[in-house]
Amino acid sequence: MARKSSLIGERFIGLLTPLLLLGLWEAAARMGLIDARFFPPPSSIVHTFGALVASGELWTNLVASLRRLFLGMLLGGVPALFLGLAMGISKPLRAAIDPLISATYPIPKSAILPLVLLIFGLGEMSKVVMVALGAFYPILINTVMGVANIDKIYLDVGHNYRASRWQVFRTIALPGALPSIMAGVKLAMGMGLILIAISEMVAASDGIGYMIWNAWQVLTVDTMYVGLLVIALLGFVFSVILDEIERMLIPWKAKA
Amino acid sequence: MAVVSMLNVKPSPAASAPPVQISMRGVRKYFGSSGFVAVDGIDLDIPQGQFFVIVGPSGCGKTTLLRMLAGLESVSEGSMKLNRTDPSRPENSMIFQGDSLFPWMTVYDNAAYGLRMRRVAEKDVAESVKLWLERIGLYRFRDRYPNQLSGGMRQRVSIVRAFANDPEILLMDEPFSALDEQNKMLLHEELLRIWEATKKTVVFITHSVDEAVTLGDRIMIMTANPGREKAIIDVPFARPRNVLELRHDPAYGDLVFHIWEQLRDEVQRARMNAEGGK
Repeated sequence: MARKSSLIGERFIGLLTPLLLLGLWEAAARMGLIDARFFPPPSSIVHTFGALVASGELWTNLVASLRRLFLGMLLGGVPALFLGLAMGISKPLRAAIDPLISATYPIPKSAILPLVLLIFGLGEMSKVVMVALGAFYPILINTVMGVANIDKIYLDVGHNYRASRWQVFRTIALPGALPSIMAGVKLAMGMGLILIAISEMVAASDGIGYMIWNAWQVLTVDTMYVGLLVIALLGFVFSVILDEIERMLIPWKAKA
Repeated sequence: MAVVSMLNVKPSPAASAPPVQISMRGVRKYFGSSGFVAVDGIDLDIPQGQFFVIVGPSGCGKTTLLRMLAGLESVSEGSMKLNRTDPSRPENSMIFQGDSLFPWMTVYDNAAYGLRMRRVAEKDVAESVKLWLERIGLYRFRDRYPNQLSGGMRQRVSIVRAFANDPEILLMDEPFSALDEQNKMLLHEELLRIWEATKKTVVFITHSVDEAVTLGDRIMIMTANPGREKAIIDVPFARPRNVLELRHDPAYGDLVFHIWEQLRDEVQRARMNAEGGK
């Protein structure tokens, strides 16, 4: 009981800090202590937010971004998962592909954007591919590690109970690697948000990234802040959803 | 010492000797390029239904010997024959040292593992798993995950996993070494109780002389570096055994002392080898 109330207390304090800062910002902007052209008061940002929702503009851009994000996660994540599982199980395959991964992984994905545009054009595909590139590496690397680091004793148990290759995969490799895979998916989601914002700024006519960039070009600073707010909210909502999925997929990690 | 016979003659008059279940001739194991000999020239016959204990200092190759029996390690030289009496049942199941339960499976799914890998019908799986979990008093914990159990309960589940699989031979690799003394004693009692109900052939590895004498029908003492047979000793105590009363028996103390005397040199030699190797 005491622990629960202190938890609520901590949450309250955690909420208090940003509220206090927002209040300070509002006051400073109104009193002219900071330049309201660059730092419009939160009340005016909220107002713009309402207007963008009412006009449907925010919704259109949000849907465009979410669609690219979702398709990109699938396009990058699914192959990464299967390749990662295969590489985790088969040492020769790992030896064959590891150097390729190590060599291409450090390239900043944003630096590949011009090449992706060249290959896939200005249409939807280039944005989806950018997200896919960002999702591919963390999911692949975490899946390989997750499978390869499974405690050897579990494989001994599998062999002693005469589990077939497929049974070892299904009952040991996959569930054993799941916590690591989920960590990879979370990293991939963060990467996807970064890359969707960048690619929409450069090469799109809708989406949250486009909205932010357009706001800069026409100097509607309030809209820029709304875009940032929406991206931050997206990140938060995704992490809550992924935590929930994790709890369902990995019930044995839940509570000791 | 009257209770100890160095010949392989059982003190109790057996009506007819049971058939040999495990037969080893000149079994050797050396590892790869280093040529390190872990097990050297083991000749051994273990009759069906016997609780056979191998005791020796750490690093004497006893775990390697067990892993060869389990098929987890190859035999470098010699022959190791496991005579099957019922080919429809699995040959052996191993109870591992330390935590070997799958953390991602419930108690029930862990206990059912062997049967499911053999594709036994789910109805029969349920029946067998329930029976064994009830026997060891864990049925009401069937939906828990291993991280919600104590160490002693986890090891009881891994005993159930092996028994429920109904193998001809049970292999146990120091299954209780990580448990505290009280838990160990309770588990000895439980293991003996459920083993006496099935009388499977058991090969049990331990470094504890007390454990060996409490549980075993016959004990092999192994030398260290390389692992060889030093002596084979019959344990004369009748079954069913009461673990607590057994320790009161003066013959128990005599036997423990006798085994310790033989083991002491080996432990010292193993220690000197380990220190010399550094």
